[in-house]
Amino acid sequence: MRESTPLLVVEDLKTHFFTRRGVTKAVDGVSFTLHAGETLALVGESGSGKSVTCLSLVRLVPEPAGRIVGGRVLLEGEDLLQKSSAEMRRVRGKKIAMVLQDPLTSLNPALTIGTQVREVVRLHQGLRGPPLRERVLEALRRLRIPAPETRLRHYSHQFSGGMRQRVSSAIALSCTPRLLIADEPTTALDVTIQAQYLELLKEVQASAGVAVILVTHDFGIVAAIADRVAVMYAGRIVEMGSTLQVFDNPSHPYTRALLRCLPDVGLKREQLVEIGGQPPDLARLPQGCPFAPRCPERQPICDETYPPTVPVASGHIASCWAVPGAKARA
Amino acid sequence: MKLEAIGLKKYFPVTSGFSVRGTRGWVKALDGVSVQVAEGETLGIVGESGSGKTTLAKLFLLLERPTAGSLLFDGKAVADFGRDDFVRYRRAVQAVFQDPYSSLNPRMRVGQIVAEPLPRDSGMSRPMVAQRVAEVLQLVGLPRESPALYPHEFSGGQRQRIAIARALVTYPKFIILDEPVSALDVSIRAQILNLLKHLQEKLGLAYVIISHDLAAARYLATRLAVMYAGKLVETGECDAVYAEPLHPYTEALLSAALPLHPSARRQRIVLAGEVPNPVSPPSGCRFHPRCPRVLPQCSSQEPEWRAVRPDRFTACHLY
Repeated sequence: MRESTPLLVVEDLKTHFFTRRGVTKAVDGVSFTLHAGETLALVGESGSGKSVTCLSLVRLVPEPAGRIVGGRVLLEGEDLLQKSSAEMRRVRGKKIAMVLQDPLTSLNPALTIGTQVREVVRLHQGLRGPPLRERVLEALRRLRIPAPETRLRHYSHQFSGGMRQRVSSAIALSCTPRLLIADEPTTALDVTIQAQYLELLKEVQASAGVAVILVTHDFGIVAAIADRVAVMYAGRIVEMGSTLQVFDNPSHPYTRALLRCLPDVGLKREQLVEIGGQPPDLARLPQGCPFAPRCPERQPICDETYPPTVPVASGHIASCWAVPGAKARA
Repeated sequence: MKLEAIGLKKYFPVTSGFSVRGTRGWVKALDGVSVQVAEGETLGIVGESGSGKTTLAKLFLLLERPTAGSLLFDGKAVADFGRDDFVRYRRAVQAVFQDPYSSLNPRMRVGQIVAEPLPRDSGMSRPMVAQRVAEVLQLVGLPRESPALYPHEFSGGQRQRIAIARALVTYPKFIILDEPVSALDVSIRAQILNLLKHLQEKLGLAYVIISHDLAAARYLATRLAVMYAGKLVETGECDAVYAEPLHPYTEALLSAALPLHPSARRQRIVLAGEVPNPVSPPSGCRFHPRCPRVLPQCSSQEPEWRAVRPDRFTACHLY
C-alpha cells in the first residue's frame, strides 16, 4: 500500500438515468482511489456501469436523462462534482483526458489531424506559432507516428486503425494530463496492432507518470498491463484488488465464473464453465445481490440484502455474503 | 462429404470515381488459397483484418464468385453445378454470422426466421415445418414459445441461438461460423461455444470457424489455417500449430494474444508496421517487411507452399 495522497478519490458515486421505464441505476455507489502512475482496470460486461462511471468522472453523462445523484469525485483534493461547467472545461483535456473505443468516430473526419491536435494544445497551453507547432509534432512523435510533419496535413481516413488510435492518444496526452481514461481502446484493433498499442501506452505512461483508468471486458489485457482491477456488476464494484490478488484468489463468485468461462490461448479446455442466465435489467434490480439469480453459491440471505464490502486481504475487497466475515459486518 | 477449395483467388476492381471502366488496379483479397474440411472436422481460419478470411467465407457460401481456382463439393466443382446441385449445396452448407442484432430481420417472427432456409419446394407441409422449427429451437435451448416472438424480445446470447437454429434447420453438414462469439458478452461466450461443440458432437457437423479471437478458435478447431494478406501462411493440426508455430507470422500472432494470467506475461514479439495494402502487396513473401527473421531472398522470391513436417504446411524460406 502506498501512503502518498491519492490522485483521484471516488466516493459512493451514483449516476442514474430517469427514463419512462423507471430509474435505471447505471452506477450505484462506486468508490475507489487511484494513485499517480497507476493503472486501474475496470472490467465487466456491457451494462455493468464501466463507461458511465468514466463519463461521470468528467461530467459528460448525457443529460437530462442521466444525472449524477450522489457521491464525490476528488481530483487532487478538488471535488469535480462541485465545479461549474466552465471550470470543468478546463479540467477536461488538461487534467483528465479520454481515449475512446473507435477512433474513426472520435476524430473529426472534416478536419486534418494537425488541426485537431493543435486545437487542444492551443486551448489548454495557450501556445501560438512555432512553439505550438513544435508541441504538436512532439505529441505525435511521442506516440511514434512516422513522418509527423506530413501526417499533420492528413485526414483521419488516411490513417490505418492502429495509427488512428495513436493519433487520438496523442491528442489525449498532448497536454500531459494527470489522468487518462481509456475506454476499450483496443477493441477495434487487430491483435498484433493491439500488442503494439499496449506496449506504447505502457511506455508513455511510465515516462509521463499518468494514472490510467482502463475500461475493458478482456481479462487478457487486464493481466497484461493493469496494476489493480475493479470488477463491476450491475453498477457496483463487486471485487477490487491488485491484479495478482484478483487472478490468484478471486473472491466473488462472479469474478471466479468470469475467469473460468473464458477460453485461453495457452491451454486447451475440454469444456468451458458457463455462467447461466443473463445480466440483470438495471431498471428492475432485485432487492438483494443482483448476481444472486446466476450465482452458484446462492444463499437465502443473498435475495434479501445487498452484501457488505469486506476486506479479503490488504488492498483486496469483495462484496459477497460467501466471503468470510461478511455476515459479522452486516 | 468434403468441402474443398483449390487455388481460390478473388480480386476486386479498384475504380476511380464513378466510372466503372477506369479500373486502376485490383484488390487481391484472396490470392491462391487451398483448404479442405471433411465431415465432423473443424477448420479454424485465423488472421487479422484484411487477411482475406471473410472473403473466403463468402466464397464458401457462394455469395461471391471466385476470380480463379475452384471450389469442390463432394468432388464436384461448383462451376459445373446444375440447379439441383445448388439446392443440395445450400442445404448442406449454412452460416452463422457475427452480429445477431443485424443478422436477424426485426420484422419477422422467430418461427419465420428459422424456417426461412427451408426451400419452398421442399414438399414439407406447414405442420411439418413447424415441427422442424420446434425441433431445432429445442436443440439450441430456446423456450417453446419462441416461434411467435420477435428478435428484440431476446438477449444477445439468445439471438445467436436463433441464428444457430436457422443454420441447423436444413440438416446441414457444414456450418461456416464467421466470428460467432465476437459480438457477445464475455459471460455469454462460453454458453455459445459449448453449445456449438455439443451440437457438433451430436449432429456430426463440420465447422469452418473464422475468427481473430485465437482462444475461441483454439477451443473449437481441430485444424488451423493462418492467413496473411490474402494468402495462407501455415496450416496444420490445431494443437501442433499452437505448440510449435513454424511461420514467423504465426509465432508473432500467437505471442500477441494475451494469456489470462498476469504471471504468464511473457516475452511478446511485437511486430512493427501493419498489414500491407492489398492493392500492391510487397514483393516476394508478403510478410517480409514486418518479419523479425527476414532473409535476403524473402524480398524477391515468393516462398513455396509445401509440407515441412508430416501434416504441417507452410510457405517460408526458413524451412
